[in-house]
Amino acid sequence: MSILVVAEHDGKHLRPGSCSALTVARDLAAHSGERVELLVIGSGLDSVAADAARFAPVIVVDHPLLANATADRYAQTIADVTNAREAGSIVANSTTFAKDILPRASALLNAAMAGDVTGYSFVNGELLLRRPMYAGAAMATVALTGQPLVITVRASAFPAAQPLVQPGERIVWSVNGSTLPNYSEYVGLESRPTLRPELTEARVVVSGGRPFRTGEEFEKYVGRLADVLNGAAGCTRALVDAGIAPNEWQVGQTGKVVAPQLYVALGISGAVQHLAGMKNSRVVVAVNSDPEAPMFSIATYGLVGDVRQIVPELIRELGQ
Amino acid sequence: MRQCLDDEMKILVPTKRVPSTDEGVRIRPDGSGIEDTALVYIINPFDAIALEEALHIREQRGSEVEVTAVSIGNADFDSELRTALAMGADRAVRVDFEGAIDPWSVAQVLAAVVRREKPDLVLMGKQAVDDDSNQAGQMLAGLLNWPQATFASKIEFVDPARLSVARETDRGLETVIVRLPAVVTTDLRLNEPRYASLPALMKAKKRPIEMISHRDLGVSPEPKVRIVHLEQIAIDRVCVRVADAAELVHRLRYEAKVI
Repeated sequence: MSILVVAEHDGKHLRPGSCSALTVARDLAAHSGERVELLVIGSGLDSVAADAARFAPVIVVDHPLLANATADRYAQTIADVTNAREAGSIVANSTTFAKDILPRASALLNAAMAGDVTGYSFVNGELLLRRPMYAGAAMATVALTGQPLVITVRASAFPAAQPLVQPGERIVWSVNGSTLPNYSEYVGLESRPTLRPELTEARVVVSGGRPFRTGEEFEKYVGRLADVLNGAAGCTRALVDAGIAPNEWQVGQTGKVVAPQLYVALGISGAVQHLAGMKNSRVVVAVNSDPEAPMFSIATYGLVGDVRQIVPELIRELGQ
Repeated sequence: MRQCLDDEMKILVPTKRVPSTDEGVRIRPDGSGIEDTALVYIINPFDAIALEEALHIREQRGSEVEVTAVSIGNADFDSELRTALAMGADRAVRVDFEGAIDPWSVAQVLAAVVRREKPDLVLMGKQAVDDDSNQAGQMLAGLLNWPQATFASKIEFVDPARLSVARETDRGLETVIVRLPAVVTTDLRLNEPRYASLPALMKAKKRPIEMISHRDLGVSPEPKVRIVHLEQIAIDRVCVRVADAAELVHRLRYEAKVI
């Protein structure tokens, strides 16, 4: 029996979030006595497989038809490997990659699934998982029936796993391309290039709201402060809707959920949907001209004032 | 492969009844559920977007497109189905069901509805704002062995049998082409759902809601996820109001030690 960690990668390296999923898998394996294996799927995987093997034995599924993560092919592959390895659990980092593919794999495996898990415990031998509901207003404790179990975890809730002393073995999984589903065709990806860290992986996140009316303004204040703090830049839904920032920068119930060491909210009033995406940050700073803004009620530090005036002051102070 | 012809197309839109979470929800002190007095119920906002898109497709392609809203629950769920009719759905179907339900059982029931209704397209929200699971659509596609396109922010017909879908992912906007029949789940920016007008709501009160028992569908949904306990998440920070940027930076450096 094994616990499979479905790895997310960029073609060269594991994504840091997958190392958090690995931490959970190792801990679950310590309870169950199962073996932890990383499942790496894609095309041209030599360097990813080498990187992944630093952390665990790796099952490598390398095929040109798996170059892009289409749900039909990936879910089928995950289900096939799960069955062959008799995996008792499947764990992955909770990203749009896993949210797209793992529920489909669950259906193929007749398996129970819990997403966005932030904690767990064993009570009388039963695994109880904690996950937020109602836009983060409530924490649910859930139990899953049957096997395998499919779990996605929030990377920010768990530390990243350390490499092994000796690299794990690499097991090549051969795929017959003609048996892979062929229902969908990947056309392409359009993203705004950024040199900043990924939102869900950053130690510091600086986010902006309505006061920023253009992309240039957003960069001048939010982007610059993020850069000074070596952080990621995020935003509210309103800015994405207005076309000022791309969707992948949105923090909230339906955007990205972040929990950095420091979250700086610039001109963000604090709708519950936005709070759901950031309220578990360790330290929250709110800067807003409205002293009654709900963001202040969940902030560690609050500063009332115009963000256009305060951000340059902050940058100056940080430089000293 | 089935061809979806211009002059006949069926779209199934699952619409879940959920409490509005805009004002936040309160959890019962014993952790057994949410305080349901004084709750306002609505069509799950993502499902409303799916319904709007289905109506939009019908408006573009003509009246031969049939839009059916489907819901799984007891008679209370009729009110949101009537809202769906008032928005413009041609038919409303309720699978009568009482009790706890999880994404797995939703997918089982919807798969049975799909086998009965034979839609060309299932359009549904990417997640329901009560349990925030984001699973039912993907599970349905897996059970049916249909293609899926999740988190859609743009849907266009390439030809009568294929859709081009722009998907909102963590890495950016991804475009996929899926063959019909397919399951597409909708994200926020796909459209702005129309409001049901008061006269339309009044008219919808007189329209029939087709009721099916889940036994007639041949499924008895057994949840695989059991909620053991719910608790309110409380944030116990007390905001320290600082005077200026200098004090803020000082406190972040020497008090919170995060920079």
